[in-house]
Amino acid sequence: MNKPLRKVSIFCLVLVAALMLRANWIQVVKADEYADHPENKRAMYESYSHPRGDFLVDDKPITGSEKTDSKKFEYQRTYLNGPMYAPVTGFKSQFYGSNLLENVEEDILSGDDSRLFVRRVIDVVTGKERRGGNVDLTLNAKAQEAAFKGLNGKTGAAAAIDPTTGQILAMVSTPSYDPAQLAVNDKKAQDATWKALNEDPTKPMDNRVIRYTYAPGSTFKLVTAAAAIASGKYNWDTVTNFPSPMPYPNSLLGLKDQAGPAACQGSTLKVALEKSCNTVFAGIAMELGDAAIKAQAEKFGFNDFGKYDFTKGGSDTKNNLDIPTRVNASNFPANDEGGATMRAAIGQQSVTSTPLQMAMVAAAIANNGTLMEPYLVDSLRSQSLETIEQTSAKKLSQAVEPNVAGQLQDMMVGVVEEGSCQSAKIPGVKVGGKTGTAQRGFANDKRPYAWFVSFAELDGKKVAVAVVVEDTEADVERNDISGCKTAAPTAVAIMKAVLGK
Amino acid sequence: MSNTTITPQSAPNRRNTELMMLGFAVLVPVLAYANVGLAGDGRLPAGLVSYGLGLGFMAGIAHLVVRKFTPYADPLLLPLATFLNGMGLVLIYRLDLDLTRKAAPTQLMYTAMGVALFVGVVVFLRDHRLLQRYTYIAMLVALVLLVSPIPFPGDTYGAKIWIRLGPFSIQPGEFTKIVLTVFFAGYLMVKRDALALASRKVMGLYLPRGRDIFPIVVVWLLSLMILVFERDLGTSLLFFGMFVVMLYIATERVSWLIFGLVMAIGGAALVGSVEPHVKGRVDAWLDPMAIYGTNPPRGGSEQLAQALMGYGDGGLLGKGLNQGFPNEIGFAARSDFILTTVGEELGLAGMMAIFMVYALLIERGLRTALAARDPFGKLLAAGLSVVMALQVFVVAGGVTGLIPLTGMTMPFLAQGGSSVITNWILVAILIVVSHTARRPAPPAVAGEVSATQNSRGGRRARRTGFEDQALDAADADELAEPTPVQGSPLGDLSGGHVPDRPRVDADAATEFTPIASAGTPAEPSSPPDALTVPGGVPGVPPRPGTPPGPAGPPPGGGAGGASGPGGPAGPRGHSQ
Repeated sequence: MNKPLRKVSIFCLVLVAALMLRANWIQVVKADEYADHPENKRAMYESYSHPRGDFLVDDKPITGSEKTDSKKFEYQRTYLNGPMYAPVTGFKSQFYGSNLLENVEEDILSGDDSRLFVRRVIDVVTGKERRGGNVDLTLNAKAQEAAFKGLNGKTGAAAAIDPTTGQILAMVSTPSYDPAQLAVNDKKAQDATWKALNEDPTKPMDNRVIRYTYAPGSTFKLVTAAAAIASGKYNWDTVTNFPSPMPYPNSLLGLKDQAGPAACQGSTLKVALEKSCNTVFAGIAMELGDAAIKAQAEKFGFNDFGKYDFTKGGSDTKNNLDIPTRVNASNFPANDEGGATMRAAIGQQSVTSTPLQMAMVAAAIANNGTLMEPYLVDSLRSQSLETIEQTSAKKLSQAVEPNVAGQLQDMMVGVVEEGSCQSAKIPGVKVGGKTGTAQRGFANDKRPYAWFVSFAELDGKKVAVAVVVEDTEADVERNDISGCKTAAPTAVAIMKAVLGK
Repeated sequence: MSNTTITPQSAPNRRNTELMMLGFAVLVPVLAYANVGLAGDGRLPAGLVSYGLGLGFMAGIAHLVVRKFTPYADPLLLPLATFLNGMGLVLIYRLDLDLTRKAAPTQLMYTAMGVALFVGVVVFLRDHRLLQRYTYIAMLVALVLLVSPIPFPGDTYGAKIWIRLGPFSIQPGEFTKIVLTVFFAGYLMVKRDALALASRKVMGLYLPRGRDIFPIVVVWLLSLMILVFERDLGTSLLFFGMFVVMLYIATERVSWLIFGLVMAIGGAALVGSVEPHVKGRVDAWLDPMAIYGTNPPRGGSEQLAQALMGYGDGGLLGKGLNQGFPNEIGFAARSDFILTTVGEELGLAGMMAIFMVYALLIERGLRTALAARDPFGKLLAAGLSVVMALQVFVVAGGVTGLIPLTGMTMPFLAQGGSSVITNWILVAILIVVSHTARRPAPPAVAGEVSATQNSRGGRRARRTGFEDQALDAADADELAEPTPVQGSPLGDLSGGHVPDRPRVDADAATEFTPIASAGTPAEPSSPPDALTVPGGVPGVPPRPGTPPGPAGPPPGGGAGGASGPGGPAGPRGHSQ
């Protein structure tokens, strides 16, 4: 019996050897594939096993990490003024992933970034707990607060940019939510929050500043005016001659002026902007042609600087604007049909814009025609706050020539000084603005969007702001919804906060 | 020739080796236990001292009992089992940390019960051949145990392997392992010649006769029935595999292996394609990640996928104890999937170490079988070792995705009372067999014993102090001289004139000094009979109290030229 016994012994060894080979196969050859499988949550647990890096505003953290009893999620994300900063930070959830900067800057915040490696090793050697790096934001805490307070109770968005650098000083979207609710370890509580937030008709988790595109309404007349002056055919004081109301081509209907025919017919370009004359800008668009307006709009950033062609339906997302969170493209489609061009010139039809895009328009005008790339992250900092990457200001385009920008500035100042929104004046400060009330729906049956786009300058310090309020609540009468009444106060508050007035 | 030359004088019994190895086997798990605590909250676990003392105490008791009752037992079996059991407790304790229902205290209790039964077996089972008496009773018990889970509800994945009695649940399949091995060993010892000899050669294969093949077909059907009615692929595979391997060992016929393999594959393929539960397991094995796909299999589980991710995360060196997330696997992390914790937290290094320990345990068991001097002991030890090997392969292969997953537990490592108790009994039986096998020859009580031994080179080598007696006994197989029964009247008939006598089991021949019946007056006359009768019970002493006499004719009615009772020790009828 010993001969078969020996063979059986060998057979048993072969069985164990097969197991050993298999272990080598799955733990060495296939190890990375399994470890990096998207359903493998272990890497995520790993990321919760040490404090996450923070976002800094004015060098003060607006987030934190709190140690909990949980083993899988050892550290819990906390947010200071969560709803106020939510459109910037986004959320970081154990069960629902993350978004916005929490997502984009994951490597730095988690500490996985290779530039944090040395510090990580030092921490290991010195026995310190592993930490993530920090992200210093360009936000101005006071401006952010002013924007958040100004939009409190409204549905809307506000963006403020430093025109000279492109730094985003405020970015608020209301109604908001507290990302801390999506960072609690209690899965059931988070599930309930997630469900409630997603079912909320006001969509509090949506970032209206960079992800919503609204009809810009009359604020788009700034772009049309820029195209007019840039064409060389117009100056701020050129007297225009367009009929009011202006008939649409091949149509019995016509475009009317809110301010009345008397105010608009035969006005200068400056007055037309101050009074927000639809017919003047529609007429200019008909005269210059749709392509010219489109080209000017794209210089300001519409259609992602012309890289994104909405009419073709496709999207070239590689060229989208990232601040570093992705900004949805604002849209100026080419319209061949005359009536459409007329309406597009005054920010209706299929022209849509993110609030940030309109702030960029104001910023380019305020910065003498040079559009700087907007950005949210000033610098990436190591665990011990040393700067490891500094964002530098970058010119995106020369939207208009400086003399064109100068004229546009004067025209915008006119709007505030003697035009449609004199309540936006700030004593001792150069303020220019443009109101907008974008009509919506068939025969204007939906409540309009109220816009206010402005810039302010004091002792060389500049700020450009765009505020939009999409009030769907019934507490404001339709006729009272206008850019100046609804949106301008918030813009003024932001500008005051930035300029320290 | 005198008694003194045979008396074990200085044969080392290796008990001190065992004690030293036991020290390691206790120390390593204790350190691992400390590691779990330190990695968790930076402190030594509160139960460290009691755990260490408890494990040490159990190992110590087991060692003392072995030292007293089976001093010549294999020195590695007990330390290997202790090590695996200790590591198992650490792993269960570690997995407990993440869960509310603690399993480690219960497992410790079952371990204590297992060690107690180990002690009981070593103390009371003085000779493993006693088990041979219960061959057919064992068969009955095994059958009852096998069908017993059928009335009870199945587990989460539909396998009916449990008997639930109030708060307790028993896995009879585990106990069946041993009982069935006893039956197979006893049965095959009687039948092996009939199975080996009475065959026709068909296409180069020796095919047995219908009546001989009948019990094998019964076992095959039985294992298929387990598969179908209890949905227990693992146990089915285990029992059938064990039977085929034991059959091969008993008969030395490769045809049995091929025959068994064909039947196993055929049966598995049939059931695997028809029975939905088994089919699901096979599908999950073929594509474990499909559960996350767009069209996940209905009723599928992410267990295997999670296990593979755990291995991947563990990589070469592992995350360190208590620093991975093995509980991602879900409810079976502490039982069937405990190996995944090893892979994730101790890495490939830990996996290889654990596999090595299992390999050693299995191979020491098979070595015991080689060394055993009686066929029953050989078959018993081989069967128990093979069942362990198959179980390790089926479970570890299942949880690493090498073969389809089956619901079984890693011996000693996994949570489960039935399992740990059974495996301690298994090791105890191996220890008893190895003691018998490795024991130096006892003082001769009858003249022919010394005569026999005197003629055998193997014995001489042993007496010269060759350290590992087992090796000699094993090698003696090949050295076997054609006259193992010199001095006996019947032996003379055959001795010397059968030069081409193919084979006489030396292992049987060397065992003519039975312990159990030593001193029975009629003893000297029985061995030759036993030896010369094919299909008889060579080497097995008559039961105490039973009048010794010629063994009956082989159940198959004899085969070849082998004669009946009292026949000459002729050739075994087949040549190999």
